[in-house]
Amino acid sequence: MMVWLILLPLLWASFAFLLGPGRGVWLAMAGLLAQLWLAYALAEEIVASGVAEHAVGGWGAPLGIDLVADGLSAAMLLLTQCVALPLAVYASAYFKRDDPAATYFWPLVGFLLAGLNALFLSADLFNSYVTLELLGLAAVGLVAAGGGAQQIASALRYLFATLVGSGAYLLGVALIYGTYGTVSTVTLTPLIGAGAPDLVWIAGGLMVVGLMLKTALFPFHFWLPPAHGGAPAPVSALLSAVVVKASFYLILRLWIGPFSSLTVAANLVVWLPALLGMLAVFWGSYQAIRAERLKMLVAYSTVAQLGYLFLIFPLLVSAGALQAVIMQVFAHGLAKAAMFAAAGTLIKATGQDTVAGLAGVAERLPVTLFAFGLAGVTLMGLPPSSGFLAKWQLIELALSQQYWVIAFVVLVGGLLAAVYVFRVLRQAFLLAPAGSVVMPVPRTLEWTAFVLAAASVLLGLRGVELMQLVGIT
Amino acid sequence: MKRLLVVLGAVCFVVLLLGAMFDLAPASVQLHAAVAANLPASGVEHPVTAVLLNFRGYDTLLEIAVLLLAMIVILATGIDTAADVRPSVNPVLQALAKLAAPLMIMVAVYLLWAGAFRPGGAFQAGAVLAAAAVLLHLVELLPGWQSPSTRLRLGLAGGFLVFLAVGAGSLMRGALLEYPPEHAGRLILLVESGLTVSLGLILAGLFLLLSRDDGDGP
Amino acid sequence: MTGELLFASVGVILFALGVAGVLLIGHLLRRVLAFNVMGSGAFLVLVGLAQRNGIADPVPQAMVLTGIVVAVAATALALALVRRLYVLTGKLELSQDDDE
Repeated sequence: MMVWLILLPLLWASFAFLLGPGRGVWLAMAGLLAQLWLAYALAEEIVASGVAEHAVGGWGAPLGIDLVADGLSAAMLLLTQCVALPLAVYASAYFKRDDPAATYFWPLVGFLLAGLNALFLSADLFNSYVTLELLGLAAVGLVAAGGGAQQIASALRYLFATLVGSGAYLLGVALIYGTYGTVSTVTLTPLIGAGAPDLVWIAGGLMVVGLMLKTALFPFHFWLPPAHGGAPAPVSALLSAVVVKASFYLILRLWIGPFSSLTVAANLVVWLPALLGMLAVFWGSYQAIRAERLKMLVAYSTVAQLGYLFLIFPLLVSAGALQAVIMQVFAHGLAKAAMFAAAGTLIKATGQDTVAGLAGVAERLPVTLFAFGLAGVTLMGLPPSSGFLAKWQLIELALSQQYWVIAFVVLVGGLLAAVYVFRVLRQAFLLAPAGSVVMPVPRTLEWTAFVLAAASVLLGLRGVELMQLVGIT
Repeated sequence: MKRLLVVLGAVCFVVLLLGAMFDLAPASVQLHAAVAANLPASGVEHPVTAVLLNFRGYDTLLEIAVLLLAMIVILATGIDTAADVRPSVNPVLQALAKLAAPLMIMVAVYLLWAGAFRPGGAFQAGAVLAAAAVLLHLVELLPGWQSPSTRLRLGLAGGFLVFLAVGAGSLMRGALLEYPPEHAGRLILLVESGLTVSLGLILAGLFLLLSRDDGDGP
Repeated sequence: MTGELLFASVGVILFALGVAGVLLIGHLLRRVLAFNVMGSGAFLVLVGLAQRNGIADPVPQAMVLTGIVVAVAATALALALVRRLYVLTGKLELSQDDDE
């Protein structure tokens, strides 16, 4: 079942390519619907009967490659398909016929999703490298597709960042293979003890830093705002909601898997990502507060929200930490997809990508603005949203270990998020200047954003099931 | 300042890493022994081909996806429609290229067949095919590509689709890319033949799509 | 020191050179080349370190073949973008002003 989650997007992506430029939307929809069902069924299966495994080729690790689906992977798979389907509907209404950005949009999305799903299932460090490259190149392609000079430049910057990131990861894998003779995470985990040779420490450092670069953690975030802010709205939404989480997921996997003895042995190391995460929360929020372009504001908000994810590393020793961070991944994933989708609709309607140009949209596009506001509620962490649940758990964990600083950052981050969200809402409720035109937009654009935003809030009421799923290891 | 920092960092990195690399204990897992032990069941005699298409065939499947994807991204980014302006080509070169191309195709077929028991295989064969296409393009016997026709797209994606079909078929019978030992050799040859054609076309395409030369100025 | 370990050491140096190149070089074509130097360095470490005892191991060799194909794809993609940027702007460098 889990293997089809990888094969299916590859299949519909290839067939969409065969159909030709601009074609393949129905193939994609059918495929995405089936993938959503598969991901849901996989999660149910894991809840019922525990971790699922698949030995590719029938060989089994370490000779072959193993795929492993535990609660963590199933949750990420579920989020990916849940975000992808509404965004695909959104994209089908967003791109005009003959839009240059849409020539090969569906094949690229298919390869992107295959890369994501394969990455979440992989239990092999080298295989993860290949999935990372598949994912990274597809993401760069989506940013660049049909774009002007600005978009190509940001795609290039993104490409170099992602290539250096995976290059560092690959060198780490090479050192690990050299030391232990295997790249299977299942085989490696018992082999790497606290007394591992220095080479393994260097390898771990290289892999984690490379992945941080791909996750755009402060100060490696420089490539994210132009790439996510410059791409077409459905692409920005997909990239911000799930693509950056994929490399974070891999860090988390390494941290609690093969390198767990190392991270437990060096308890100061855990504060490095947390420190960068704190800086990311402040810097990203600050830039979002002063951004003039709407999509840049949303993109910098992603930089800030990614910061929260890294606050978890000092807390990982306590039970419930994994649940808290995955809840934050879900909250941000759904909310940010909704926010970018809503921003794209607003920009389409007003014809300009500035916060100042939003005056008057409140009465013309109430659904879209409501979606933006609801997504904002999740980002701020107000009850009953999933963002509230995530932050509440984070603060509880931090207080139980008396890490006041983490609790403080989470609280202040929520306030800062409120500042930039209300900046947009306030502008939207101003009276429109005379002579401004708000163009009509397809209803589909408005309602898909709304569905995503509503999901990010309502998940807060159904958080228990998700936490139960994540707990299965 | 930035230059100094980067160079200093790089030097420190090299010293640290080289220091850690020497006197390393032997690896605890010896995969080459496992490969040798399972080679008879893999369907091919050459260990690297066995790893590429059987033991770690899944990596290869994804890697072909990456290559096809790069090709699609280039198409999606937009091709310049500027006319090909080239100095006229020496007829002797054209005649030589016409002689070389069939030979190169033969070499490609040999490499494909040899991959089962000695260095060779789909990638090398595809690269030779692509080189033949590039050669023909350079002597103006093969035009550059602008937007591939349906037939060409079928050629580009065909090898990957054959690989996917073999994967899906094996998944329905058991595990992904699990070949029954008695058919493994034939299935691998089927996959490799498809890949040779598609890899040749993709690698050639990476060149032919980008080669539309519009002179020196923008 | 075995010959294989020498390969790995050269690989480490190449990797560091490549990363420094990507970080420092403004000219995009040369930056793409620097990325390739970096990749080759990682591949050398992969085959060199794994076979340091002089025993041939087909697994890292196959991994490097996979890595090379991925690097070819990435290079082609990078060149296509560089070329596109050149057609659109006439420049072979990324401007610094929108770097933040």
